[in-house]
Amino acid sequence: MKKEFLKGNEAMAEAAVRAGCRFFAGYPITPQNEIPEHLSRRLFEVGGEFVQAESEVAASYMVYGSSMTGTRCMTSSSGCGLALKAEGIGYITGARLPAVVINVGRGGPGLGQILPSQQDYLSATKAPSNGGARAFVLAPSNVQEAVDLVYEAFDIADKYRCVCYVLTDGVIGNMMEGVVLPEMRDLSSLPDKSDWVVTKRGPGPNTQFGNKRIITSWQNTGEELEATNQVFADMLEGWKANETRYEAYQMDDAEVVFAAYGTSARVAKTVVNKMRAEGIKAGLLRPITLFPFPEKPFEALDAAKVKKVICLEMSIPGQLIEDVRAFVDKKIPVEHFGRSGGVILKPEEAYEASKKML
Amino acid sequence: MAKIEVAKDRCKGCKLCVLNCPKNIIKIGSDVNTAGYFVAEQFNPEECTGCKLCAIMCPDMAISVYK
Amino acid sequence: MEKIFGLPSTVLEQMTHQFCPGCGHGIVDSLLMHELEEMGVKENTAIVWPVGCSPMAGSVSTINQVSAAHGRAAAVATGLKRSSKDTFVICYQGDGDLAAIGTAETIHAANRGENITVIFGNNSIYGMTGGQMAPTTMLGQLSTTTQSGRNSEQHGNPIRMAEIIAGLEAPKFVARYSVHDAKHVMQTKQGIKKALEVNKNGGYSFIEVVTMCPTGWKMTPEQSVKKIVEENLKVFPLGVLKEVD
Repeated sequence: MKKEFLKGNEAMAEAAVRAGCRFFAGYPITPQNEIPEHLSRRLFEVGGEFVQAESEVAASYMVYGSSMTGTRCMTSSSGCGLALKAEGIGYITGARLPAVVINVGRGGPGLGQILPSQQDYLSATKAPSNGGARAFVLAPSNVQEAVDLVYEAFDIADKYRCVCYVLTDGVIGNMMEGVVLPEMRDLSSLPDKSDWVVTKRGPGPNTQFGNKRIITSWQNTGEELEATNQVFADMLEGWKANETRYEAYQMDDAEVVFAAYGTSARVAKTVVNKMRAEGIKAGLLRPITLFPFPEKPFEALDAAKVKKVICLEMSIPGQLIEDVRAFVDKKIPVEHFGRSGGVILKPEEAYEASKKML
Repeated sequence: MAKIEVAKDRCKGCKLCVLNCPKNIIKIGSDVNTAGYFVAEQFNPEECTGCKLCAIMCPDMAISVYK
Repeated sequence: MEKIFGLPSTVLEQMTHQFCPGCGHGIVDSLLMHELEEMGVKENTAIVWPVGCSPMAGSVSTINQVSAAHGRAAAVATGLKRSSKDTFVICYQGDGDLAAIGTAETIHAANRGENITVIFGNNSIYGMTGGQMAPTTMLGQLSTTTQSGRNSEQHGNPIRMAEIIAGLEAPKFVARYSVHDAKHVMQTKQGIKKALEVNKNGGYSFIEVVTMCPTGWKMTPEQSVKKIVEENLKVFPLGVLKEVD
């Protein structure tokens, strides 16, 4: 188990290759450039294909095209690049195709900044596209977890035939940390997709007239589309019931609960440790799946014990806070502290601001 | 000897076959199909040479040619 | 007497084209269906149908059907072909799809020399949505968004895609045909055959076909044919623009 010192973007790109990704299409946009750069060399080494597309839009449709052949495929971008890919994410979702998307977040809205931020939380978790399409959203808070989640994202995408969306930011994308990469996955061990891929004929879930395979997000009648929507809705209920993941840090006797994910969760841990050292019973709830959102630990907060919930985010206005408020007992005040637009949240300021709220 | 058959419910009476028959032996008839189109039909089939031009002109693949 | 011409095996007998009477897309699609049968590739072909009138042809075919977003067919085909080299990949698009929203995807797939065939029906109008101006709408031509005729100051000029694609390095076969009469339909048939052969041998081919849109032009099919002869062919000259063996 060789430990390597790798940059987040590079580590995520290599994790995808280890997971069996054999097609990537992307476009240059800071701060995710090392992902296409790494894959532009690496994918051809493993018999895969890489395309630097003419736009993020085109890249998302190349992934759509690749996925329907059964190939494990991925695209990555940052902030406004994901806005461009939104339509493609919707087509991939509507056609029930598996794909992995990485968003290395930057300041926004609009062109914004190339510096890191967490300002894509709502677009990632609530509406990555039109028509109520939802993606399975994972948020790593260090390079090892980023590797593990990207690797697992391909299994989730295949299992549910959905878009698995890894939301991180320029901090994790550009920092170097020690990481152990997973072994190269044997492609023959990947799930069998021969009953629906468009490169084969014969019966299957998307076959008509005997052996004609059709890949589409279009349905001929409202009723048929509604039925597809219902199948999708049932899948999301399954996610909520069985797939939520979070980390509870020093929560047993916590009276001040921090809510934070990704980079902000690292800062929150420092603040919790500092407060604990001063006898303040602080704890952290860190969602790892942002969608499906881990509702239970927030609902379980006891108003008799917990005096305050503080959301730490690299986003102004806060976005994670909307979900936290939705599930925390109304009797517990929920407040927000964050930096935004590319300003990286620092522990000292988070600590000072949080202390004032107590 | 040759002739054509027009699939009544594929034809939309667009006249492209009529315009391109070298022998001018196709016309839009008075027979109406289920979609309400007047359907093309061949007359004087004895003059038909089986050249298939009508069939390849047809946007609806309604014409079969026999020889 | 023996049947010497009829529905090809690449067409579902119970399905009919949903195009308007005299629509050129119907002719081009019929030619494509016959050619694919003759080439013997129908079992491992995927046709990418984006958005517009042309995709309505997809429901008639027995061939595996991929729906692409408006303008994105060439990008979908890129991902599909690169991930499944032995699948025969064709895009069938209209002018609004290929030359407006899909311009970048069209040009860059051609520039990369993707091993696909692009068949492009140019009827100088947006048919599906009721007759708006397309990039190929001609100067003076009426449309629901050029109600006193297209003029270059406000609306720019009709775009000639075949020439643009032929100007790129990678494409192996680029040509423009028309389907307004039997002679020209026969030429188009040969052109599609050639394009599919280029596809089979590994190369990018692009076929632009000037077609009739009677409904969009507010004319009968017969008048539409006349309009093509008198106007369209002057703006969109026919011929093989590029051929690399």
